[in-house]
Amino acid sequence: MRKLLMIGLCLGATALQAQEPPIGATTCSGCHGAGSALPLEGWTEDDIRAAMSGYKDGTRAGTLMPRLAVGFSDDEIAAISHWIAEEGMKDESR
Amino acid sequence: MSLDRRRLIASGAAAAIAAGVAGGPRALSAQDRGRVVVVGGGFGGATAARQLAGLGHDVTLVERDPTYVTCPFSNAVLGGFDEMSALTFPLAGVTTEGLRLVQDTATDVDPASKTLTLAGGEVLPWDRLVLSPGVDMRFDAIPGYDAAAADEMPHAWKAGSQTALLQSQLAAMEDGGLVVIAPPANPFRCPPGPYERASLIAHYLSTTKPASRILILDAKETFSKQPLFLEAWDRLYPGMIEFRPPSLGGRVVSVDATTRTLETDFGDVAASVANVIPPQRAGAIAGVAGVMDETGWCPVSGITFESDLVPGVHVIGDACAPGAMPKSAFSANAQAKVLALALDAMFRGATPQSPKLVNVCYSLAAPDYGFTVAGVYREVGGKLSEIEDAGGLSPLDAPVDVRSREADYARSWYAAITHEAFDG
Repeated sequence: MRKLLMIGLCLGATALQAQEPPIGATTCSGCHGAGSALPLEGWTEDDIRAAMSGYKDGTRAGTLMPRLAVGFSDDEIAAISHWIAEEGMKDESR
Repeated sequence: MSLDRRRLIASGAAAAIAAGVAGGPRALSAQDRGRVVVVGGGFGGATAARQLAGLGHDVTLVERDPTYVTCPFSNAVLGGFDEMSALTFPLAGVTTEGLRLVQDTATDVDPASKTLTLAGGEVLPWDRLVLSPGVDMRFDAIPGYDAAAADEMPHAWKAGSQTALLQSQLAAMEDGGLVVIAPPANPFRCPPGPYERASLIAHYLSTTKPASRILILDAKETFSKQPLFLEAWDRLYPGMIEFRPPSLGGRVVSVDATTRTLETDFGDVAASVANVIPPQRAGAIAGVAGVMDETGWCPVSGITFESDLVPGVHVIGDACAPGAMPKSAFSANAQAKVLALALDAMFRGATPQSPKLVNVCYSLAAPDYGFTVAGVYREVGGKLSEIEDAGGLSPLDAPVDVRSREADYARSWYAAITHEAFDG
């Protein structure tokens, strides 16, 4: 397990730069992080992007998210969706 | 590539960013590893310290108290439907690999030698210093409201013993009594907070002491989420809460703590219980460090939260003035995460990204009646600026189920943010 993780870290060395949280992404865990009743575990990148796009163009109802989604560009939404689905806000274990 | 292997590699990269992932913090070269001292173990400081430790830096968190009681949801304790124990988080819980916790008071900052001195005598060297000291009450702002007055007219604007004192005064009050809440002018910690407090005290009084009244003597003509609060008060507590702005004689000129009397422009008000929320400023260490300006707040970069006044010192949370963003726990946590990435970039010789941040303030008018104000912020010319077409208030005249969902989401937010900051 540790060897695989080490390989992962080495292979991920350039990926680290690419996997840095995109603009706006770290805010999301305030509401959607571990402990939340609204976790995004199991949401795919497409799920998240579709939801955010729907909030942004008014085709998806929400109590709060429509007001936030309109503050982000489509590119920003795409990047955040990718990051959350791939690695953001996973429950930490220690 | 199998799904498991891809997940392992992804989690290896994610270890760089997510604090405390199994396997430990990210491994940095000595050149890229920075030494950070964080002062203040609240929403901003605890979040920042944990994030920076997870990114692999050498982090020491200095916090005076062994436990932290959150201001968020403390109004629910006053409302009689939450317990202080549920809002209390031990400093020891903030522990994460790579993070050293020191329970002590910071007494001096020397930006030239880059050291922080503690009351116990230890001197901590730093490459970067992060101050997240919260607010101090200005006990020189309202004649008669000095530090001792808070023992008679609690502000309860720092949670814990002050909250308990206010709660006990409300419990002892007879039916038909007058509760006065006196909020300050902007800017101050938690703009909607006093009005949530009025709402939830009304919730408590409605079932226990229904002849009682609540009078808000405000230093402001308008307040955060005002239309939503007024609508809620009319629907939930008709006739119980009066808002009195300065134009109607609401401004408090002086107070007498021994008689719980408040002097206004239009005459004296005798309170059964008086909750005076005085003007505030950044926590004391900010003044010591030289990062506080004449407004009492700390002007900082909207990208790195570095002080405009003292290089090498960063300020986040209620104490900071980055251009925009209200003083809230949500803001402090959001700023802490942006700060951590910015410091990480600076230590690695990279350029910090121009950030976007969100703030959401949840308020409860009753246990199952919630609403929000939100803002999205971007960096313009080195300061944060609110994006005009984003954010805003929950709608007026919303169906009951929308109010109850936002109340549920408030509790969900609280669980998530306290887990992220305090491992709660």
